[in-house]
Amino acid sequence: MQALYAQLLVGLINGSFYALLSLGLAVIFGMLNIINFAHGAVYMMGAFVAYFLLNLGGINYWWALIIAPIVVGIFGMILERTMLQWLAGLDHLYGLLLTFGIALIIQGVFQNYFGSSGLPYSIPDQLKGGMNLGFMFLPIYRGWVVIFSLVVCLATWFLIEKTQLGAYLRAATENPTLVRAFGINVPRMITLTYGLGVGLAALAGVLSAPINQVRPLMGADLIIVVFAVVVIGGMGSIMGSIITGFALGVIEGLTKYFYPEASNTVVFVLMVVVLLVKPTGLTGRAA
Amino acid sequence: MKSTISALLLGTAVALTSIGFASAQDKTVKIGALSDQSGLYADLGGPGSTLAAQMAIEDSGLKAKGWTIDLISGDHQNKPDIGTTIARQWFDVDKVDVIVDVPNSGVALAVNNVVKEKNGVYINSGAATSDLTNAQCTPNTVHWTYDTYMLAHSTGQALVKAGGDTWFFLTADYAFGAALERDTTAVITANGGKVVGSVKHPLNTADFSSFLLQAQASKAKIIGLANAGGDTTNSIKQAAEFGIVKGGQKLAALLLFLTDVKAIGLETAQGLNFTETFYWDMNDKTRAFSKRFSERMKNGAMPTMVQAGVYAGLIHYFKALEALGGNPHDGAKVVAKMKEIPTDDPLFGKGAVQPNGRVIHDAYLFEVKKPSESKGPWDFYKLVGTVPGDQAFTPLDKSTCPLLKK
Repeated sequence: MQALYAQLLVGLINGSFYALLSLGLAVIFGMLNIINFAHGAVYMMGAFVAYFLLNLGGINYWWALIIAPIVVGIFGMILERTMLQWLAGLDHLYGLLLTFGIALIIQGVFQNYFGSSGLPYSIPDQLKGGMNLGFMFLPIYRGWVVIFSLVVCLATWFLIEKTQLGAYLRAATENPTLVRAFGINVPRMITLTYGLGVGLAALAGVLSAPINQVRPLMGADLIIVVFAVVVIGGMGSIMGSIITGFALGVIEGLTKYFYPEASNTVVFVLMVVVLLVKPTGLTGRAA
Repeated sequence: MKSTISALLLGTAVALTSIGFASAQDKTVKIGALSDQSGLYADLGGPGSTLAAQMAIEDSGLKAKGWTIDLISGDHQNKPDIGTTIARQWFDVDKVDVIVDVPNSGVALAVNNVVKEKNGVYINSGAATSDLTNAQCTPNTVHWTYDTYMLAHSTGQALVKAGGDTWFFLTADYAFGAALERDTTAVITANGGKVVGSVKHPLNTADFSSFLLQAQASKAKIIGLANAGGDTTNSIKQAAEFGIVKGGQKLAALLLFLTDVKAIGLETAQGLNFTETFYWDMNDKTRAFSKRFSERMKNGAMPTMVQAGVYAGLIHYFKALEALGGNPHDGAKVVAKMKEIPTDDPLFGKGAVQPNGRVIHDAYLFEVKKPSESKGPWDFYKLVGTVPGDQAFTPLDKSTCPLLKK
């Protein structure tokens, strides 16, 4: 029983990465209608920016949490301005192909210079060590990841669902022409939204840098699972992707305990089941 | 008279030409370096192995002796089906004579069958499974660098003898992990130890916390990592995070490469005990080779033992070709020659290719240095002990290779 508690908690930790990443994907899909396959690559870039900040500039983890998402977010906005915006209104397939290509190029460039086994990034001193919870030894850093990502997820949800700015955003996706007639710069809003989604991925990258290696393929390994999370949660649903992210982390954690060989596939089995029963995803609305 | 002379001349000319033909040997060879070029094993093999093969060609001096040697490389993506498809295409279409490297035991065993079927030469450096020179041995295969038997009998044995008598395994869920767990378990039980449990994780796992918690709960004295590359680095890093070593349990990295230590960082890796058959900073010869190698690597990396094995294996292969004088396309014949000649190269020293295809050379027990002891960006290892070649690898009377029964 003790072991079970521990696995639940570990699942929650992984779930927070899924939640942060799928949240960014959901925001981008909901607002821009783009299936952003470059999401794993920008997640990886976030971790690398943190690594460079520390090793080249001596800038610590805490600043990296702020700077890396901004740097990568700006990179994302440049991508959106120069390439993605021309795909507005075209079939989803074009956006998917373009972002997939961008991801391959970014990963290839990083792999060329840094190899595949990755670079070490250590846990910040303030978060080193752990607590004995009785049923498990919880590394403080992991606890921090759960709490921090939960806060970021809820803040993003609040921004989009409950504020004036979020209302504009949602309106702009429903009817861009009408919103423009009210004097709102819709293209700029879309660029900023893409930047926000990409920034969230970069933030997840910084969070994961001390746990995993800073590796060029760290995003490629994760992104497929995250897409499954988004599909299960319902494309474009903000709250849906947050809840599904955490839930799937827990389910995966339990699988690792009861039948570890299946832990890589359990998410996809669930995806198939959900698609068969409710093709729009658990919280999705019919298109 | 005139016609007799011309007839004689013609006859001589014909005779000369035929002698010429008889001595003209086919001196063309094509090498295929098959590896994981972009995944979790790419740094320990991958592009570095191709470079090692290129350097072996240059250093052999065969080109100056009239040989034509070509090198191509391929990416098996850690998938046996892709590996065998590339191997078949190489033999059938590209006329490749020898396949080198091939990390990932699953792929290595699959390619092993193709090479035998096509009568090529297979100098495996990257894969670990000892099956390559036991049940699955072929007259076409030479297994160069290391294997699971050697790892189990060096690192495994040393740890059991030092009091680590209860073990829990984290095992990569494919041919390699299974072989390493099997061979190590045999050593543990033979030395009076016990395996209290094990968990199989999928290849290329990012998060090991669930598995590590199970290992922690088992209370085993030693947690044996029967995995490699990125899986091992992640296990070690995360074990530190969960306080496993501080809690009194010891990690046994049964297979650890130079690039893994680089990736983990000395801070976390210090004190780990493991075994390799090559390290760049062993002697003047290894240092000279490694310096040349590192200068040609994009990221300046020093060679791993796998990459060194590709170089040394090819150097030995070229010696066999020279001894044969030409016609390198009968794989079994070339490998038989390789078994005849004792091995002697700058990286692994003196050794031999046994009749089952197993290459024997010394194995070294290393310990990862403390950050304060390291003097340079790749100065990682302290030599703790040496296991002589004849003790490190499977003794011939215990090998299950069918070739030995003839």
